Amino acid sequence: MLDKALRGSNRYWWWILSLLAVMAIGFFCYLYQFKMGLKVTGLSRDVSWGFYIAQFTYLVGVAAGGVMVVMPYYLHDYKAFGRITILGEFLAVAAVTMCLLFIFVDLGNPVRIMNVIMYPTPNSILFWDMIVLNGYLFLNIIIGWNVLSAERKGMKYQSWVKVLIYISIPWAFSIHTVTAFLYAGIPGRHYWLTAIMAARFLASAFASGPAILILLCLVVRRYTRFNPGREQIGTLAGIVTYAFVLNVFFFLLELFTAFYSQIPGHMHTFEYLFVGVHGHNNLVPWMWTAALFSVIALVLLIVPASRRRESTLTAGCIAVFISTWIDKGMALVVGGFIPNPFEKVTEYWPTAPELGITLGVWATGFFVLTVLFKIAVSVKEEVGA
Amino acid sequence: MGMDRRNFLKVAGLSTLLAAGGKAAVDILAPGDLEASMKSVPLSEGKRWAMVIDMRHLNEEIMDACTAACHREHNVPDVGNTKNEIKWIWKEKYEHIFPGQQHEYASEKYKDQFFLITCNHCTNPPCCRVCPTRATWQRSDGVVMMDMHRCIGCRFCMAACPFGARSFNYGDPRKAPEDLNPDFPPNPDYPTRSKGVVEKCTFCAERIAKGMMPACVEAADTIKEDVLIFGDLSNPDSRVRKALRANYSIRRKPELGTEPNVFYIV
Repeated sequence: MLDKALRGSNRYWWWILSLLAVMAIGFFCYLYQFKMGLKVTGLSRDVSWGFYIAQFTYLVGVAAGGVMVVMPYYLHDYKAFGRITILGEFLAVAAVTMCLLFIFVDLGNPVRIMNVIMYPTPNSILFWDMIVLNGYLFLNIIIGWNVLSAERKGMKYQSWVKVLIYISIPWAFSIHTVTAFLYAGIPGRHYWLTAIMAARFLASAFASGPAILILLCLVVRRYTRFNPGREQIGTLAGIVTYAFVLNVFFFLLELFTAFYSQIPGHMHTFEYLFVGVHGHNNLVPWMWTAALFSVIALVLLIVPASRRRESTLTAGCIAVFISTWIDKGMALVVGGFIPNPFEKVTEYWPTAPELGITLGVWATGFFVLTVLFKIAVSVKEEVGA
Repeated sequence: MGMDRRNFLKVAGLSTLLAAGGKAAVDILAPGDLEASMKSVPLSEGKRWAMVIDMRHLNEEIMDACTAACHREHNVPDVGNTKNEIKWIWKEKYEHIFPGQQHEYASEKYKDQFFLITCNHCTNPPCCRVCPTRATWQRSDGVVMMDMHRCIGCRFCMAACPFGARSFNYGDPRKAPEDLNPDFPPNPDYPTRSKGVVEKCTFCAERIAKGMMPACVEAADTIKEDVLIFGDLSNPDSRVRKALRANYSIRRKPELGTEPNVFYIV
């Protein structure tokens, strides 16, 4: 089926070429980082994880979000989603690919990456994250590919695929739970040390993943002959709404515990993020932007009329994307390091090479996504779905 | 003192390990003795190393001497900026080391007093718990070790350490600015590191294996004795135990349950 990705319109090839160009820029930035070391990034002794790990965390959520089309179809027999499960699975493949790349570019010693397998360490959450992420990647590739080839041949997929599908559902929850455990089990980082972290991660994942899927469905409908369907998009919008409301609710729970208890360690990061401390306020405008877009998203999604109208739904999904991306793709990771263990503030801001590498990885993800969606959509067009 | 074959191999094994940093090198030079020598790296089994810092007698001169001695001993370069700096033992103000203890009416003496800090060699170290390659691990004598030749540079241990004890080689330490490190590496007997690995205090594992005091303790002793006391917590007659019996002592962030093994007499 790969040949489907090799035939496309001019527009398709221009898009592919532009992605390749951004990937090349990212690759050269990475060569520079590989030679010089991570000192070319904005990372420091105090803020030792930054943009890379934050993107990784956000994208694990997007990957896990794919299960929101798989689960209703296979567990609840919600037939309408049968048309788009493949899009959810391929979105997950692209997102996990980016996750793995972001981990890789963050390593100080990438040539030793196989040490994680050569010295397996079950007490390390990172070890389990490696297992669940790679497992989820392979599950989605195998499931997506088999279901799609069966559909192309007009047959039902083989029964063993069904077993993998059932495994993939709890597996999706596991990838974001384990990723939350990377943070939630660390003593002395108050912003992360919260039992609701995994739940917050899942709520944000099930909002942002399906929101991106809605946007992708609209793109697919506009540029191809495959229509993912009005009902499908409507149901996804409902899922996004519930998940996003939960996400905001969970965040407010954190605020309550921190500020009603008045325990300094629990309040510090929130203060840094929303008002700044001692003149350090890099993230303040971003946080208020996230808050603003949260409100916009809530209004556009909760009001039935605007959720059902496509233009406002699109705006709502973009708002969900922006607010969850700032929350997880910037604030969560960096905020955990501020203030540092000495209650001092060292701020962080990504450098140009760091942004170049980040864009390169995103472009790689979009490349994978484009190729896989091209294949899926071509098959759908062929069978006249 | 005579040295029998076994002891010789221990030292040979250890120094080869430190110098060449590879199992292969040991296997070639002393086949089969690697496990034996690794096992006897602690001075003896069942010990628990600890440090007691007597703040009543410690001053900034001694602290600076400790830092200088340690960083020379372990080839820790001055990278020339605080963003990416590497430090194993250094001084920090009271209010930053015991953040919860600070109050506005505290005596000026304590408020601005510098304390000497380093890795606490916690009994329950979160850094070892999170390391995905066991590049950092706890020895049976309590020393939290760091294998800079296995570390993949994921920096999970830096996130996990509640004491900020760990540093990462953001750049190549061998290419640190020459004007700041004129004779780098100052100690040819200790390995230099590659870029992209985490490092920290190891309680001078290479020195205690030879029955020597850690470099910081030795440096402090030359200025004033008994300010830094190093010894074995499991031995009731050790100097650390005596000091802890006779004085009130505190540890950093005891509420986190990591059980630090660096104690402060205040």
